[in-house]
Amino acid sequence: MDLRFRVEKRPPAPMWLKVTAPVISVVAALAICSALILQAGVNPLYGYYHLFVGALGSTLGLSETFVRFSPLLFTGVAVALAFTAKFWNIGAEGQLYAGGLAATFFGVSFIGAPSALIIPLMFVSGFLGGALWAVIPALLKTKLKVDEVVTTLMGNWIMWYFTSYLLTGPWKNPVTVWPESAAIAPTAEFPILVPGTRIHLGIPVALFCAFIYFLIHARSSWGYELKAIGANPKASNLMGINVTRGLVTVAILSGGIAGLAGVSELGGIHHHMKTDLSFGFGYTGIVIAMLGGLHPIGVTAAAFFMSVISTGSQVMYRVTGVPYPISEIIQGMTLACLLLGVFFTEYRIRRKKE
Amino acid sequence: MSEPVITLAFAVSVLAMTFRMAVPLIFGTVGEAFAERSGVLNLGIEGMMLVGASVGYLVSYHVGDNWAGVAAAALAGAAMGLLMAFLTVSLGAQQHVAGIGTTIVGSGLSFYIFRLGVPLVSGIPPTVTSFPELNIPLLTDIPILGPIFFHHQALVYVALAVVVISAFIFYRTRFGLIIRAVGENPRAADTAGIDVFRVRYVCLILAGALTAVGGSWLSIAQSRFFLPNMTYGRGWICIALVVFGYWSPLRILGGALLFGGIDALQLSLQAVGVEIPYQLFLMLPYVVTILALIAVSRRAKAPAALLKPYRREE
Amino acid sequence: MMESGGVVVELKGIVKRFPGVVANDHVDIDLRSGEIHALLGENGAGKTTLMNILYGLYRADEGTITVKGRQVTLGSPKDAIDLGIGMIHQHFTLIPPMTVTENIMLGSKSEGFLTDPKRVEEAISILCDRYGLRVDPKARIWQLSVGEQQRVEIIKALYRGANILILDEPTAVLTPQETDQLFTTLRQMKKEGRALVFISHKLDEVLAISDRITVLRKGRVISTVNAAQTSKIELAKMMVERDVVFRLSKAKVQKAAEALKLESVSALDDRGLQALKNVSFSVYEGEILGLAGVAGNGQRELAQLLTGIRKRAAGRIFIRGRETTDYTPADLLDLDVSYIPEDRIESGAILDLSVTDNLILKIYPALSKGLLLDRSAAAEHADRLIKEFDVVTPSRDSLAKTLSGGNIQRLILARELSLRPRVIVASQPTRGLDVGATEYIRRKLLAERERGSAILLISEDLDEIMSLSDRIAVLYEGRIMGIVPAEKAKIEEIGLMMAGTSMKPDKEAG
Repeated sequence: MDLRFRVEKRPPAPMWLKVTAPVISVVAALAICSALILQAGVNPLYGYYHLFVGALGSTLGLSETFVRFSPLLFTGVAVALAFTAKFWNIGAEGQLYAGGLAATFFGVSFIGAPSALIIPLMFVSGFLGGALWAVIPALLKTKLKVDEVVTTLMGNWIMWYFTSYLLTGPWKNPVTVWPESAAIAPTAEFPILVPGTRIHLGIPVALFCAFIYFLIHARSSWGYELKAIGANPKASNLMGINVTRGLVTVAILSGGIAGLAGVSELGGIHHHMKTDLSFGFGYTGIVIAMLGGLHPIGVTAAAFFMSVISTGSQVMYRVTGVPYPISEIIQGMTLACLLLGVFFTEYRIRRKKE
Repeated sequence: MSEPVITLAFAVSVLAMTFRMAVPLIFGTVGEAFAERSGVLNLGIEGMMLVGASVGYLVSYHVGDNWAGVAAAALAGAAMGLLMAFLTVSLGAQQHVAGIGTTIVGSGLSFYIFRLGVPLVSGIPPTVTSFPELNIPLLTDIPILGPIFFHHQALVYVALAVVVISAFIFYRTRFGLIIRAVGENPRAADTAGIDVFRVRYVCLILAGALTAVGGSWLSIAQSRFFLPNMTYGRGWICIALVVFGYWSPLRILGGALLFGGIDALQLSLQAVGVEIPYQLFLMLPYVVTILALIAVSRRAKAPAALLKPYRREE
Repeated sequence: MMESGGVVVELKGIVKRFPGVVANDHVDIDLRSGEIHALLGENGAGKTTLMNILYGLYRADEGTITVKGRQVTLGSPKDAIDLGIGMIHQHFTLIPPMTVTENIMLGSKSEGFLTDPKRVEEAISILCDRYGLRVDPKARIWQLSVGEQQRVEIIKALYRGANILILDEPTAVLTPQETDQLFTTLRQMKKEGRALVFISHKLDEVLAISDRITVLRKGRVISTVNAAQTSKIELAKMMVERDVVFRLSKAKVQKAAEALKLESVSALDDRGLQALKNVSFSVYEGEILGLAGVAGNGQRELAQLLTGIRKRAAGRIFIRGRETTDYTPADLLDLDVSYIPEDRIESGAILDLSVTDNLILKIYPALSKGLLLDRSAAAEHADRLIKEFDVVTPSRDSLAKTLSGGNIQRLILARELSLRPRVIVASQPTRGLDVGATEYIRRKLLAERERGSAILLISEDLDEIMSLSDRIAVLYEGRIMGIVPAEKAKIEEIGLMMAGTSMKPDKEAG
């Protein structure tokens, strides 16, 4: 490929560029996807108007956006935390299901127990379930040097098939024909925080997790260790930092938080364990983590943005007929544009002299 | 429950089905082998397969010609490969992140164009006619072996040819040598005058095209229509198979037949009413991959430059 | 000496800039056929950059390149190879799992679509015979020694028809015997009319092999002279623009307790071969023990062993009386051992972290209350160290990767020496640094010596060893060939030991 341009490294980018890059990526992605909207015979501005107004402009829309915000924030934080230490956790999806399964066990078995007991139990067990599922690839990486990208990815499907097996077999709901578990105890259902909406306990818990991530990232010595490990594990090891322990710990925390996403959807929305508990939240979490620059505030904003896109696309579909998978395309294109933008903050393109 | 179901006819039909189930795996995995041998982990494979399935079906339906559908799928897949190449090679982005992004785009696109391109009658898309099964003179009529090996749709034989051709390319041609060099030590290849970027671009475009053809098989030849997410993780199985097959086309064929066979078996057992926990069968490829990875990590046979973007400091 | 032929390559007015530095500053140089032209200069003088431009790896910002009378643009190594230019780099560009034949087939135009290993092997044999090289075409690169790999590189270049051959510090990894063999090969190639460029910083070799010498300093050509008409002192002067003081003055220090002791230590390298064989020596407080030796004789493994990254196969290690044989880096933290690593940007600093974060790498637990890190204490600490060690940085929050090589080394020194270590292992501490940074580092090491630290100085730079050490040990193929007191050491003896001749059993000094 004989490029007519030359690529050279530029001096480190100023902070304002790093912050605006994600925003520009979003705008660019929306612009690119407007071509697709046109293809559907709809004026893009009209379509986007309904997307944003639909997601933010009404009580119903806004509340649904927040409902979607919960699992996305969980997975976004989970992935960002892992990525900081360069533990490439592609397995948030599987960890979500693992957490859901663990919580289902308690939710279904403890009929009659009070909410104050059963709900925390579900959170704890969900955390542990997700953590356990993430620890396995982490140990494979630290003990056997097996790359975690493929193992976490495989883990998603193993856990999903296991879920499917349980829900069509031993844990099948005796009442209906759907592949789902029995209903969780009524006391296990998360309280609705805003009457008339579906906004449930999961949302504040997710925000709390984001806050914990903020503390880790900005203030804690453990967060400092993670950054060192992620940036240069060899040097960190030489400095006496226990890289193995750091990676395993981050896997536990990351997997656990992803597991909480599963608990949130189980307890807050569906009340049954289902094979479609997640709509790719684990993968969207990756996009969110990258878009947010692995920074707690960025990740929170990115998660909220993705929720808007997701909810808004459904409204746009109902009003204009633009198929709602446009939300996935916007997601992916945003990431692609972000990668392009990140490139420009580190490199400069110059025309060749000749 | 168990009446004797394992009759000869059953076995023959399962074995024949093995080839059909293996087709998308062969295309996808061989494509992935090209990508990974040149040093790029292509996690966009699932999205590429979906795009191939969707485009193949839509074009076949609208044009009325299956081969046109396959060709269109190949082009669409090549375009996705180009996207992936741009992200990972030119921009030097993290390969798994770029891959997940490409898969998300591909998945969304495949669904989007399907919705726009085809009218649904009470939620069911129209079907296309599948490829005819070939009747090879003399060979098809051999008892037992005939139905298993010599009575398939043309694409099956194309898949087998692809395996042989790629093995030849990797081990007996200069291009194969160059690909391997780029995947092992891009700096060395660069100073040998090899255009690392171009090689990776070509490999990824090829991977995209092959994978998409595999996807089109699913929609045109097997189910005869497209459904969202119909690949059901087959792309990820290809990632698994590449490791399991040690990045070598002939071994990959063996692995594809193995996994295809497991799939064929569990489907056939279900069809005759045997109650099996079929999900546990379906889990097998993923579990096996992890075991294969553990074995491989001991011997470090993966292309050494896999996952590292190459940037020549200017 | 044969008369050189016509000019084959002319570089005029070459300018190459990188962020923050001008690597080549209006360089003019010409190469003639049948001549060995040396590029002499210290690290960072611009020699490799200039040749990388000729080889098409870099693009010059200004200037022209003329090859065989025609002005050319070299966009990539392929263009250079097409013009008959070949380059043998310091770091070999070979593919370890592939065979010699496969490596040579790469990048050669004469191959068609299909590969023909037999034909290539024949061609290789012919080349080997002509130049007295010996290589097994079927061997895989990882099985070959460094000297053999270099021969493969040379054959590779010749196979591609290189008439102009550039060798970048080729003797850095060779023993004196291998160097002689290389010189024989080079002279043969010269006789055939090829133009050879020999990049080096070693005065003796340059005078031995070259016809003309161009001295570069800080990106500029100082002068181009005929080898026969110059001397070592004159060249050295041109390289550093002042009379080089070869021996730094050292105050005599009372030697005290044994701070570091290795007893019959053996260790394997990454390939499972023996890297260290039965190594024993001690370093005392207040002394610098210089470990000389050509790179690749076990120095890296020794440093890794002492800092806890590598496990020993046999033997014991003691630090200040305490057995530390299988200690990990975390265990060593409490023992006041400092390590200045040879690969500073890989092991010594974390480039993507800020200067402050780098400076607190070893002490951050002390700056934390529970899980909370005290950022203002960290900032204070960083400011203090930046000032004390003259680290040039826009701010304490700048990322370490923005620092120059010399300042990264200062950063590492600051982090380590501020902890008042008792034992220092310094590995190639001045490699790749400019004269100013080099002197600073050496002064700091001497100051530590006066403070009473025990310093193990591992260096390929013999001048550095000779000027800084109290005693000199030589490592060859994993064995200590001898240990001599510095005042009595003669450079020829050390050279012999580096090449494998051990001294008569000498009493250890002190």
